[in-house]
Amino acid sequence: MQDAKPAINENVIQMQHICKSFGTVQALSDVHFELKRGEILSLLGENGSGKTTLMNILAGIYFPDAGDIFVNGKHVTIRQPKDAFDLNIGMVHQHFKLVEVFSAAENIVLGLPGKTTINRRALYKHVQEIADQYGFEIDPEKKIYDMSVSEKQTVEIIKALYRGADILILDEPTAVLTPQETDKLFEIMRAMKADQKSIILITHKLNEVLAVSDRVTVLRKGEYIDTVHTKDATIQSLTDMMVGHSVSLAIDRPAPTNVEPILMVQSLTALNQEGTKALDDVSFEANGGEILGIAGISGSGQRELCEAIAGLYPVIGGSILYRNIVDGYEVDENVVGLNPHTIAKKGIALAFVPEDRLGMGLAPSLDMVDNIMLKHYREKKGFFVDRKSPRQIAERLVEELQIVTPDVFTPIRQLSGGNVQKILVGREIDTAPRLLMVAYPVRGLDINSSYTIYNLLNEQKEKGTAVIFVGEDLDVLMEISDRVLVMSSGRVTGIVDPRVTSKQDIGLLMLGQSIDNVKGADAV
Amino acid sequence: MKVLMVIINWINAAVLSGTPLLLATSGEILTEKSGNLNLGVEGQMYMGAIAGLAGAWFTEQWFGVGGIIPLIAAVIFAFLMGCISGLIYAVLTVSLRANQNVTGLTLAIFGTGFARFFGEVLSNKAGGFVAVGRETKGVFSNIDFGKLAEIPVIGTLFFRYNWLVYFALIIAIILGWFLNRTRKGLSLRAVGENPGTADSAGINVTRYKYAATTIGGGLCGLGGLCMSMVSQKGVWQPNCVSGYGWLAIALVIFATWSPLRAIYSSIIFGGLSVMYMRIPIPGLPREIYMMFPYMATIIVLILTSIRQSKEHAQPASTGYNYYREER
Repeated sequence: MQDAKPAINENVIQMQHICKSFGTVQALSDVHFELKRGEILSLLGENGSGKTTLMNILAGIYFPDAGDIFVNGKHVTIRQPKDAFDLNIGMVHQHFKLVEVFSAAENIVLGLPGKTTINRRALYKHVQEIADQYGFEIDPEKKIYDMSVSEKQTVEIIKALYRGADILILDEPTAVLTPQETDKLFEIMRAMKADQKSIILITHKLNEVLAVSDRVTVLRKGEYIDTVHTKDATIQSLTDMMVGHSVSLAIDRPAPTNVEPILMVQSLTALNQEGTKALDDVSFEANGGEILGIAGISGSGQRELCEAIAGLYPVIGGSILYRNIVDGYEVDENVVGLNPHTIAKKGIALAFVPEDRLGMGLAPSLDMVDNIMLKHYREKKGFFVDRKSPRQIAERLVEELQIVTPDVFTPIRQLSGGNVQKILVGREIDTAPRLLMVAYPVRGLDINSSYTIYNLLNEQKEKGTAVIFVGEDLDVLMEISDRVLVMSSGRVTGIVDPRVTSKQDIGLLMLGQSIDNVKGADAV
Repeated sequence: MKVLMVIINWINAAVLSGTPLLLATSGEILTEKSGNLNLGVEGQMYMGAIAGLAGAWFTEQWFGVGGIIPLIAAVIFAFLMGCISGLIYAVLTVSLRANQNVTGLTLAIFGTGFARFFGEVLSNKAGGFVAVGRETKGVFSNIDFGKLAEIPVIGTLFFRYNWLVYFALIIAIILGWFLNRTRKGLSLRAVGENPGTADSAGINVTRYKYAATTIGGGLCGLGGLCMSMVSQKGVWQPNCVSGYGWLAIALVIFATWSPLRAIYSSIIFGGLSVMYMRIPIPGLPREIYMMFPYMATIIVLILTSIRQSKEHAQPASTGYNYYREER
C-alpha cells in the first residue's frame, strides 16, 4: 500500500445508509459518512446525536442494523475490535482502556502476537520511534497510574499507531486536556495528517473544529445533516446545523406567580478529580414559582452544581444561600460544607432527583415502601421503624401518578424506567419541598411518562416551589423553563429568557461564547 | 554452637514444612492473577492428597511395583485431581458467573469431604489402614546427595530434602518468569487487572481464566500430595492438610502476589508453623504458636495498606466476574 501513490481525494472510508437502534431508541437512521486519505475530519453533533455510536460501529464495538461500510473501496464487515485493527482503524475512546499497573510500553504491546518473551529494549525503541516521528513525549517505562490524563491519552494514541492504524478516531480527545495540551495534540494531529494518515475528531467544540479540521460532518438526533469544508463554515452556520430549528412540543408553561428568591448561589467554585475546575465562579438565583432550566453540553458542571447544592459535592469557594423561615423570620442560611442530613435537620425543604436514578436516587432491590421510608425513617423516635405511613404514601403515589406495579412490595428494579422515575419524583415531591432539583428527569422515558413529569414540575411551580430543571433536550428546556441558565466548561455563560431567545443563541452559549457576543440573548 | 544447630535444624524443618505451602501458594497466585479469588485451596489440597495417595497405592496393588512408578502415578493423579477442582471452580464462576467467595468456600468444604470419604473407602479396601510400601515411601524421602549432605551447615541447609522441595522451587521460579517476562504472562495479568481492556486488546479472557484456574488448581493438588506422601509418609490421615490451604491463601497476601517472594515467605510461614516443636518457650501454649503465621499476615496487610502500593497488591478485578455486555 505504501508503494502506490495515494490518489488525491481518495475515500478511505465510506459508510452508507447506516442504521442502528438500541431497544426502541433509534440512535442512527440512514447515516452517510466519508473520510478521505490524509485529512482531518470533524464529526460534530450535540449529545445523543449518534456521533460516538457511528464511530463505535467503525471500531467494531457495535454492529450496525443495516448499511454498508467500505474501507479503501472494499466492502467490509467489522464484527469485533480486532477486525477494525486488521483494517488499520484505531479508536481512542473517551474512557481509556489501559491497565493501571502496567507501563506505557506494556499497555501498547498488550495482546499482540509475537515471541514468547517480550524484548523490552526493542519495544521501547520502537515506541520511542513512533513518538519521535509525530512529536509525542512519552516515557515507555512509566506506569499508567503515575501519568496525567494527557499522558494516558498519548499512550492510547501510540497504542493505535503501534498496531498500524492509518485511520485514527479520537473521541472527544480535548475534553480532559488543558488548552496547552490541546494545542500540542493538534500539532501532533497535523503531523499525522502530513504522514497521509486520516483522522476523525469527534467533538462538539466549534473552535476546535475550525482550528484543526479540513471538513466537518454534522449529525443531529441520529440523522446525517451535511458535510462542509471548514474554510466555508462559520460558528454561526455550524451551530445552525447542529441544533436545527425549534419544534413545538406543546408543553404547558403557566405564568409564574409570587416570584421570590429561595436559593442564591454566589461565586460557587469546585474541583473535579483531575484538579481542574468543575464549577467556576457560578452565580445565580432560583426563585419560588419559577422553573429555572439549566442547559449545557453534558459534563459542563451540571451534575457537580446539583450535588453541591444538595450537600453531596465538596466546594472550594463561594456560598449557597438558602432562604429559610425560622420562627416566622426569613433567614439566609449558607449550606456550604453541610451534609444532606444536616441540611434537612435545619428544616430546609430541599428535594433532589439525581441523574442516576437507580444508583443515587433509589435502592433498586428494595420495594417502594422501603425506598419511601429512606426519606422518613428518622422522623419518628423509638427502636422500631414505622412501615405504615410510608406504605400509605406508596399507595397514594401509585394511584395519583398511575405507577404500573404489581404492588408496593415489588423490588423497584423490576419496574420500567418511567415508573421508577415517577416513584423517585413522587417521593421527592411528597416531602413538600421549597426547592426541587431534577436532573435529566425524562431521560429514557416514553412520551406519556415525560408529560406526566412535566405536569408534576408545573404543579410544584404553581405551589411556589423553586424548580431547577437540568435537561439535555433544548426544545423541552425552552418550552418549560421561565429562565434558562446556560453552562459551558463549569462557567455560567448566560441566563436568558427562553421566550425571546433563539435556539441558535442558546446553542452558541452552550459552546462557550460569552453573552456579549450573542445577539438577541437578553441577560435576565 | 548448640543454638546454631537448633536454628539450622529449624530452618531445615521450615523449608520442609513450607514446601506444600509454596506449591499451593504458587497455584493460588496463578489463579488470582486471572482475577479469580479461589478460597477453596484447602479442599483442593485435600483432593490432591487423596488422589495422589490413591494413585500410588493402586499402582502398587495392581502392578506390584514400588518406587518410581507409583511416584509418577501419584504426581499425575494429584495434579489432575487438582485441575479438576480448579475446573469446577472455573465453570461455576466464569461460565455460570456464580459468586466467587461462595464458590470457593463451597469447594473448600466439598474437597475436604471428598477426600475423607474416599480415604475411608480406601481404608476399608486396604483392611482398615492405607499405607504405601516402603519403596514408594523411600522415593518421597530425602534425596541422597552423598558427601554433599555431610558438609556442616550447608549440607543441612541445602541437601537434606525430598525432591518436592526442589520441584516447588523450580515451579515458583518458572511462574515468576512466566508472569513477569512472557507475552502470555502479560496477557494473563491484564485479564486479572482489567478484563475489559484485555478483551478489547483481543485477549480471550475466558480462556485465560479457565487455564490459570485449572493449572493453579493442579498446583494446589500437588501441594496436597506433599502433605499425604511426605508429611504423613504415605499413610492416610483424615486431617492431613490441617488448615494449610487457608495458610496458603494468607501467604498469597504475605508474598504480595509474587511467586518469587512466595519462596522465602513460605519458608517463614513454614518456620512459624513448626516453631512450637523447635523453639519451645516454657509456658507458651501451642495454640498461641499456631497463631503466628496469621499474625504475620495481618502485620503484612497493615504494612502494605499503609504503603498503598498499586503494584504489590491484589489484581484489581479479583473477586469480580467479567461480562462483556456490562461494559
